[in-house]
Amino acid sequence: MRIGIDVGGTNTDAVLMDGQSVLGSAKTPTTANVTDGITGALGALLQESALDVDQVDGVMIGTTHFTNAVVERRDMTPTACIRLGLPATACLPPMVDWPDELRTAVGGMVCMVHGGHEFDGREISPLDPDEVRSTAAQIRDAGIDVIAISSVFSPVNAGFEEEAAAIVREVIPDATITLSSSIGRIGLLERENAAIMNGCLRRLAWQTINGFRAALADMHITAPFYISQNDGTLMAADFAADYPVLTFASGPTNSMRGAAFLSGLRDAIVVDVGGTTTDIGVLRHGFPRVAALAVEIGGVRTNFRMPDTYSIGLGGGSLVQSDPLQVGPRSVGYELTSRARVFGGEELTATDIVVAAGHEAIGDTARVGDLDNTFVTAVEERIEDMVNVAVDRMKTSATEVPVIVVGGGSILVRRKIAGASELVRPDHFPVANAIGAAIAQVGGECDQIFSLAEMSRDQALDRARQEAGDRAIAAGADADSVEIVEVEEVPLAYLPGNATRIMVKAVGDLVEGG
Amino acid sequence: MRIIDEAVLEDIALGAAVLGTGGGGDPYIGKLMARESIRRYGPVELYTLDELEDDDLIVPTAMMGAPTVMVEKIPNGDDIVNAFLSVGKYIGKPVRATMSIEAGGLNSVVPIYTAARLRLPMVDCDGMGRAFPEIQMVTHTIHGISATPFAMSDERGNTVLMETINNHWTETFARSVTVDMGAMAMIALYAATVAELREAAVPDTISQAQRIGETIRTARLQEEDPVRTVREAVGGFTVFRGKISDVQRRTEAGFAKGDAFMSGIADYEGQELQLSFQNEHLAARIDGEVCVTVPDLIAVLDIDTGEPITTEGLRYGFRVEVIAFPCTPRWRSEAGLQLVGPRVFGYDVDYLPVEERYGQ
Repeated sequence: MRIGIDVGGTNTDAVLMDGQSVLGSAKTPTTANVTDGITGALGALLQESALDVDQVDGVMIGTTHFTNAVVERRDMTPTACIRLGLPATACLPPMVDWPDELRTAVGGMVCMVHGGHEFDGREISPLDPDEVRSTAAQIRDAGIDVIAISSVFSPVNAGFEEEAAAIVREVIPDATITLSSSIGRIGLLERENAAIMNGCLRRLAWQTINGFRAALADMHITAPFYISQNDGTLMAADFAADYPVLTFASGPTNSMRGAAFLSGLRDAIVVDVGGTTTDIGVLRHGFPRVAALAVEIGGVRTNFRMPDTYSIGLGGGSLVQSDPLQVGPRSVGYELTSRARVFGGEELTATDIVVAAGHEAIGDTARVGDLDNTFVTAVEERIEDMVNVAVDRMKTSATEVPVIVVGGGSILVRRKIAGASELVRPDHFPVANAIGAAIAQVGGECDQIFSLAEMSRDQALDRARQEAGDRAIAAGADADSVEIVEVEEVPLAYLPGNATRIMVKAVGDLVEGG
Repeated sequence: MRIIDEAVLEDIALGAAVLGTGGGGDPYIGKLMARESIRRYGPVELYTLDELEDDDLIVPTAMMGAPTVMVEKIPNGDDIVNAFLSVGKYIGKPVRATMSIEAGGLNSVVPIYTAARLRLPMVDCDGMGRAFPEIQMVTHTIHGISATPFAMSDERGNTVLMETINNHWTETFARSVTVDMGAMAMIALYAATVAELREAAVPDTISQAQRIGETIRTARLQEEDPVRTVREAVGGFTVFRGKISDVQRRTEAGFAKGDAFMSGIADYEGQELQLSFQNEHLAARIDGEVCVTVPDLIAVLDIDTGEPITTEGLRYGFRVEVIAFPCTPRWRSEAGLQLVGPRVFGYDVDYLPVEERYGQ
């Protein structure tokens, strides 16, 4: 059996799953100290399900704790960055595009030395061990022992980053080192930014992961635990302590993965209706489709593979105005249960309309009895239209696809959506996030530029598939279960020789007891 | 004379994305380079051609190659300076200023870096008034100005200087050397005097980019309709409003080609638009009939934000307005159309100026 936990901004949810079935769930408020929230949710879950903890095979935790640390500029450790790339890149040193106050909060130092590769694997310049050694000595003398190392085109060849790390360790034996190649994709500044942020968060990550460990120990749970990452796959807790930035987008990802699991659908649109907003995302082969554009975290540009979601200001708490007719984006939010009409309040909300239309019996239905039928219908049509347009925007083709509705506000979506083959509202929809965490697999990725003058397109694709599969296995996947879930090709513009960038993602089930 | 400081730079980069007509490369790295050099060396003076002497020698600077590589192998900075200085040294005369050769996309802001570093002014003009994929596709070519002496430099300190018999050969050789230099090179080319540029260049295009950027920024703050704002700022016309229903892409000889199909909404309900692109948007057809082509500018704007969408960013489901606006009159001569007209890009149709179809 597996336990899935989602530590969100408002609630910490926990679910207990046995294979494909959900045995129990619990919702408790998130606490300032994340550990207490987890202990609370676990306690409630264990009590409800009368579970023998020895039967738990694994605990999967999704958290936004590290994202919040960056956004709030707290708990960040001074980190130095060594970039290998000279003579290229000199005009834009590391951290050049960070907001000043965050750069100050990090309080690190930046260094540039020789090294780096071309897009086709040639060296820009050889690595100079003495130069790296003296740079490491300067960092040590500045009292810094957390270091991020980046190298130009390290997604193509990570050799220089690894060599440099070994040299730094000779100088600073207990250095905490993050290699950019282990985190990000092509896009030097973005990948380097992620590596530096990762360095800054590692101390907090160790404390937090140890806190999770302590919470599980308190509950006498001895099963291994995992942390869910941006792309909906898992990492072992010890690995997560080394790579906290990989958790940055796990929230929306888990919600969409949970929707896929609960509905049994692998290709669908997910509509997650909350109190204030509705987030729409696309499932492709059971995983969220990722955004193509750069994503900023706390004002810093990164190129994490974040789910491509589109949000509109529509939720259960959205305010309804009659003249002119408008629904949202203003909302009563978490105060729905005191300010909406059916709950004794004075505000007319989207939830009141659903009740007035007779679809749901929530609160005091008499308090919306005075609403004009024509008006109620008009508002319902407006809501339907808002959802239709947003769903259509996220579709990848004109073909009809199923739409899965989850989230507390999903009572708003009643009828079939235009362009949808069916509308699915699965059981357990309010705890889709925690379920998404519980069912996660492990994955591996390859992102490289191939020259199709030197090999055929099929050879390049095969090589990329192999690389992604190997990485999934290295991350703990059972080799027999590994499958390729995403292949993307982007031809490079303005270049002869048909160079093309190929991105492949592979996933597999966790090795038992791994 | 105008001053390009950090705030003006932001506006230029935003406006240049509209003039990029879907291509020209993401200005992000170029903008950061320019910003850092302004912070370090001070703002850049932008002169109109009228404010300079006839004999003043101007050497444009630019980045050539794959924008996808530039986001990984960021330039050294000395490379573009080397290219610029090499051309001046070869000619043997002092260079008065630099300028942009391509006001659309990345190369609108790259010369701002050169100018700040060398404390030289920049001239308010370019060679396209938009973006185009090849070196010879500049108004200079119409007026017989040679791209050479042409310098291309890499970060190692290598500079290749070439003399060619015409600007098509420059393009051919430069493309190969770019690959050897790592798919990206910093270049200096089309040296010309101010007197020559008054005849050949497209004037006021950097300040035009700034004005477009400023208009979009202001519209966002005041919550005006951003699409209408952009259209008015460029003196453009609505070609179509629709939803992208399909995007087909292919690569031919290193160029990303393709077509986007859109089904009409509102006034365009029931119609279909086909937008063809090769790095930049080239031609639009409604229900099979050509309605606008190069060299006029075709921009695809997000209906909600007014944000220009690049050819790489075209996706199914986007709701967009396609606008078109007039190119510089310099492209409308016979010689101009032989260089960048629809037939050069494989469309066997006559060019019809956009305002003749859409104007009153």
